[in-house]
Amino acid sequence: MSTPPLLTLEGLTKAYPGVVANDSVSFAIGEGEVHALLGENGAGKSTLVKMIYGLVKPDSGRMILRGAPYEPAEPRQARADGIAMVFQHFSLFDALNVAENIALGMEKPPALRDLAARIREVSEAYGLPLDPFRTVGDLSAGERQRVEIIRCLLQDPKLLIMDEPTSVLTPQEVEILFETLKKLKSEGTSILYISHKLEEIRTLCDHATILRLGKNVGECTPADTSARDMAELMVGTALKTPERSAKAFGEVALDITGLSVPAPSAFGTALKNVHLAVRRGEILGIGGVAGNGQDELLSVMSGEVTCARDAVKFDGKPIGHMGPTARRGLGVLTAPEERLGHAAAPDMSLTENALLTGSVREGLDNKGFLKWGATRSFAERIIKGFDVRTPGPENAARSLSGGNLQKFVIGREVLQRPEVLVVNQPTWGVDAAAAAAIRQALLDLAANGAAVICISQDLDELMEISDNFAALNEGRLSAPRPTAELTVDEIGLMMGGAHGMEVAHV
Amino acid sequence: MDLSAINPVLLIASLMVAATPLLLAAIGELVVEKSGVLNLGVEGMMIVGAIAGFAAAVETGSPLMGFVAAAVAGAALSLLFAGLTQLALANQVASGLALTLFGLGLSALMGQRYVGVKPPQMARVDLPLLSDLPILGRILFSHDVVLYFGIALTAAVWAVLKFTRAGLILRAVGENHEAAHALGYKVVKIRTLAILFGGACAGLGGAYISLIRVPQWTEGMTAGIGWIALALVVFASWKPWRALLGAYLFGGVTVVQLNLQAAGVAIPVEYLAMSPYLITILVLVILSADKSSAPASLGRSFHASR
Repeated sequence: MSTPPLLTLEGLTKAYPGVVANDSVSFAIGEGEVHALLGENGAGKSTLVKMIYGLVKPDSGRMILRGAPYEPAEPRQARADGIAMVFQHFSLFDALNVAENIALGMEKPPALRDLAARIREVSEAYGLPLDPFRTVGDLSAGERQRVEIIRCLLQDPKLLIMDEPTSVLTPQEVEILFETLKKLKSEGTSILYISHKLEEIRTLCDHATILRLGKNVGECTPADTSARDMAELMVGTALKTPERSAKAFGEVALDITGLSVPAPSAFGTALKNVHLAVRRGEILGIGGVAGNGQDELLSVMSGEVTCARDAVKFDGKPIGHMGPTARRGLGVLTAPEERLGHAAAPDMSLTENALLTGSVREGLDNKGFLKWGATRSFAERIIKGFDVRTPGPENAARSLSGGNLQKFVIGREVLQRPEVLVVNQPTWGVDAAAAAAIRQALLDLAANGAAVICISQDLDELMEISDNFAALNEGRLSAPRPTAELTVDEIGLMMGGAHGMEVAHV
Repeated sequence: MDLSAINPVLLIASLMVAATPLLLAAIGELVVEKSGVLNLGVEGMMIVGAIAGFAAAVETGSPLMGFVAAAVAGAALSLLFAGLTQLALANQVASGLALTLFGLGLSALMGQRYVGVKPPQMARVDLPLLSDLPILGRILFSHDVVLYFGIALTAAVWAVLKFTRAGLILRAVGENHEAAHALGYKVVKIRTLAILFGGACAGLGGAYISLIRVPQWTEGMTAGIGWIALALVVFASWKPWRALLGAYLFGGVTVVQLNLQAAGVAIPVEYLAMSPYLITILVLVILSADKSSAPASLGRSFHASR
């Protein structure tokens, strides 16, 4: 590189009690470079970018921004120095409108009316159209991300940090985003890009730094390195790809006919005339942009929302009126998307969480008295079988990293020998190796004769494991089609294109 | 029964006086809840404000000094709550209840010397011309300063929340404290300031009861107004003008039932006495059909590491 780098990190170290999140990490980001940061869950990527953004102070090491020492005490200062960040879990306020959300992220925002005009102008210029007066709670995931990006762009950043930006987007939305990022790059903005999706990094990034267990373990030029090699650098060992065995499908296990359910809340989606049938041994993949009825569909299948008796049938018997416990007894199990609060109770231990869904099928209670010994060994079985990294089952669910808790939540259902398993976003925020393990578990489950419904926004995942694919769009489910015959473009169209959004005019 | 003894002009004028303590306390709590904190100690802060204001007014001879002292005392008590919930991360519901019980006890102790004492009178605003208007003059333009301050405060809180950056930041903190923290806003500091504001308002409301509405000191004289203020904030959907409406409704029914009692209406006094609480809550429940406006982080403790 002939020009001096924009930002140089030298020996950054940050330790938390019991774990070193970053161990003397050094690398440099060039001017106008798209730099990828790769690593498994818990490799220290988030801590590193938090240090750059001033949310966390390094224990030792230093940063140099354009030749001058850079020590941001708080995000405000980082923003003033031209560092902007798009968060993995959007840092947006649902009840406020787009312009108010953007104003909150700026140091000296202009009057709301001028700001709205600026938002329109910048969002059109970068091909990310947005209405400044819409309430954020009503926006799709892709649109919410636009809000975050525009918030950053309005401050003319020198470095834009993006933490897993594409995990919630449709392929079309990803394309729009990449066009925007390429335009930014051509204008000289540097981008630090964090993602698990190696193919994306290969098409977009100029340079990659790989972290493993807090250490910088290598650098590469993504365009010249295969995705497999990068994944193995991240994990440190050879990678297994999920294998599927050829099989014939059995009887229809779960059958939903003509199901319509009104939206449960103001920000929810109504289900409209949904039909689906899944056979034993089959994995049905359900794609769609977030907020198109995924949560509602899952709650209808889990029994959290009951409906007409005949709308949902298990092995031909009507179960639409049954609640979750009765359905669990029959073998219809679910693992919802939201890990903390829905799939697991954050402040309860893993043992207690194992009991919460496992008591019916694993017989963990006796006339209302709990069998703690059996529960504990069930929890230990999950931890062992799914490689959940935790000191033990007495730890609170909240203390686990997202990926580890996800392994626990999925493992808990898989080990209960379900007849039908419905999962929503089974590998959200999970690293490549753990995701592969979860997918393998779902495939094995189907191979052993269970019917599996996998709701996901990760199309690569659906393509990899599902036999048939259907898409949810505004509460309507498309007719399922065999996955093997579909291309990514066709899937995108099934999902309703870019959800009514225009493609970039760049 | 003699209903003709009820003078509608005086009735409306005293309605506004009866509503003011509730309005002040509710506006303060509204700001606190908008920042995402649920302070159930309103009743305790009011009663401490009532005795502190009463004592200060008696000792200095100036009702205005009394109100200043009441605001300071209310804020001081709320600082205790802020310390417990924002720094020690104590449960907000339990801390608020403890604050109320503590305030009731503390005020009884402080007020022992003041039972039966008469406080100095607060001067009425006398606007030339306006105060002399036939009916409107008596209803609208001849009250004390604090009553007008309450209405002005409602307008100010509404404007600040709706139009200013400070208000936007306050709402953002109450909506999603993690996101606000990620953007670099000082959640604990903002919430502490909001709690102090709420405490000062509750103190003012309490002093309004002991210095103007009644005016004398008796133990437990706030008589549940603090609890009504809490309910009012919720049923007003966190909207300042609706809180004003609710407060005036409560004040109105209170005054009407007192007049009915005086006129000797053949309804048991107990029913009349409970009517303001019942009617206010009933009307506000009907008004608050839009339930989505509760601050999303209300009542949740915030710690930067989570």
